[in-house]
Amino acid sequence: MGKKTFALPYIVWMIGFTIIPLAMIVYYGLTDNSGAFTLDNVAAIMTAEHSQALWLSLGLALISTLICLLLAYPLAMILKSISKNRSSLIVFIFILPMWMNSLLRTMAWQTILSNQGILNLLLEFLGLPTVQIINTTGAIIFGMVYDFLPFMVLPIYNVLIKIGQDKVEAARDLGANGVQTFFRVTFPLSMPGVVSGITMVFVPAMTTFVISTLLGGGKILLIGNVIEQAFTSGSNWHLGSGLSLVLMVFILISMAILAKYDPEGSNVV
Amino acid sequence: MKKRIALLLALVLALTALAGCSNAEGSQEGEFTPGENGVVKVYNWGDYIDESVIDMFEAETGIEVVYDVFQNNEEMYPIIEAGGTVYDVVCPSDYMIAKMIENGLVQEINFDNVPNIEYIGDIHMESARAFDPENKYAVPYTYGTLGIMYNTNYVTDEEAATWNILWDEKYSQKIVMYESVRDSLTPALELLGYSLNTTDRAELEEATQMLIDQKPLVYAYVMDQIKDQMINEEVYVGLAYSGEVLAIQEENPDIAFSVPEEGSNYFVDAWVIPSNAENKENAEAWINFLCRPDIAQMNFEYITYSTPNDGAVELLDEEYLSNEDVFPDDAVIERCEVFEYLGEDMDQFYAELWTQVKASSTN
Repeated sequence: MGKKTFALPYIVWMIGFTIIPLAMIVYYGLTDNSGAFTLDNVAAIMTAEHSQALWLSLGLALISTLICLLLAYPLAMILKSISKNRSSLIVFIFILPMWMNSLLRTMAWQTILSNQGILNLLLEFLGLPTVQIINTTGAIIFGMVYDFLPFMVLPIYNVLIKIGQDKVEAARDLGANGVQTFFRVTFPLSMPGVVSGITMVFVPAMTTFVISTLLGGGKILLIGNVIEQAFTSGSNWHLGSGLSLVLMVFILISMAILAKYDPEGSNVV
Repeated sequence: MKKRIALLLALVLALTALAGCSNAEGSQEGEFTPGENGVVKVYNWGDYIDESVIDMFEAETGIEVVYDVFQNNEEMYPIIEAGGTVYDVVCPSDYMIAKMIENGLVQEINFDNVPNIEYIGDIHMESARAFDPENKYAVPYTYGTLGIMYNTNYVTDEEAATWNILWDEKYSQKIVMYESVRDSLTPALELLGYSLNTTDRAELEEATQMLIDQKPLVYAYVMDQIKDQMINEEVYVGLAYSGEVLAIQEENPDIAFSVPEEGSNYFVDAWVIPSNAENKENAEAWINFLCRPDIAQMNFEYITYSTPNDGAVELLDEEYLSNEDVFPDDAVIERCEVFEYLGEDMDQFYAELWTQVKASSTN
């Protein structure tokens, strides 16, 4: 009885904010304007524009996830190797920007990267040729990496510091060199953190529409933008919901693939 | 966010539809007594009124104003349609008003309560007939044209006299377009010689192809950011509503505006009263107040969108009146066309066309 009462707010939360909205998306996604059942909204993903947007989102999300991983892992290793005090200071500095709204930070990058922006003024001042980064896929990848990097660093770092030094020393005693120790001991043991980091970067990168709008100048259409436009200017909630369902399936599949690499099956983020 | 709330409320409303209807009818009679209900709920574009006007209205009529804003017509419509949040008076654009009339979302205004309507110029009441054929539902608030905004340091007046400049490779990456399908299609349709209200799919596809060809030259598709990008000279030429120009010129005097010779869009924003309004008389008092010449003058000087109020025009400085960007002469208005509401199927088709433009390659 006591336990049940305690769980009640969470049950209400889950029903109100997950199950009902999800049911509404399924309802809208599988009906048309007159309320009749249809698969058209889901099948709409097959049109050239929509599937192109989906593949582009997938591609950009994969690239930014890979870049985040390549940047975050060495950083997490460094953090593990230095003293606790210094590493917590660095982690603190690293996540400090997250205290600001990510929309604001993305808008700041818009100002920095734009044609008359700070970066180009600096290049001009140094006598270097200016670059056009803003409104390209490059700018979007940059924005994703910048926004989501802390979500990769933290889980990897948290797993790494829990790997005891004794395991590394045992490997070395048994004759493994530094590289072998890393690939056969440290990296496999850190897999839960890597998988968790990949999920936390890949999913928001795959679904974002803010970063592509702000840094892509509205010229690059990701699947998130298609859905956003269906709901706003297109006022076609049925299409937006249908495409959202497709996107959810894509994310579920990628999480299922990732789960295979998580030896303990310990994380479901 | 508002939409989600609206959706929930819509569901609730749907469940109680019958009960809701009879309630509204029952209580309507009582609400016609003036002053009984001291509130008016206003729903307007963002930054589209001199806020001291609101205080003056409250002081003079004793009616409390509840004021909300929207960013575009498409955002406003579902809120009114769902009826979850009830507004007494709303200020949409022409084609959206036609859509609201068609779907029974607005009610006739009792013009006995709006004597100041006499100050609205006849020519403007006439152009309002494009979306409100009998002048029963809407009172014009502002009007203007869609045109080219350009930086005179880089672009000549002759070049900016035609929409062709938006396809000129010389200005590659210096062109900016509106993130709005009907506005962005306007130059293409005008160059092709088609109506802005065409429902011929082949014509629309041809115009869309022009936008796809243009895309590599376009710096960005944005809305309000156009102002900053023009002021900072990040771009040299772009689409703009005439009402934005004065404010931009204050920041960068090199910016000029033209309505290209091929023709363009002429828009009217007007006040309407939603069918489910709870304070109709107060809404009419609000509209009447805004039609008073001195109030219309205050609003014009703040928002700088042209006013259809002849009484206010008489009060304005010569400097404003001689500015053809703000008060276009008849020849300009004659080559412009008002957007009409084209029906739900066309709404959807336009949205598909826009997705094609946005998804097309950038180089």
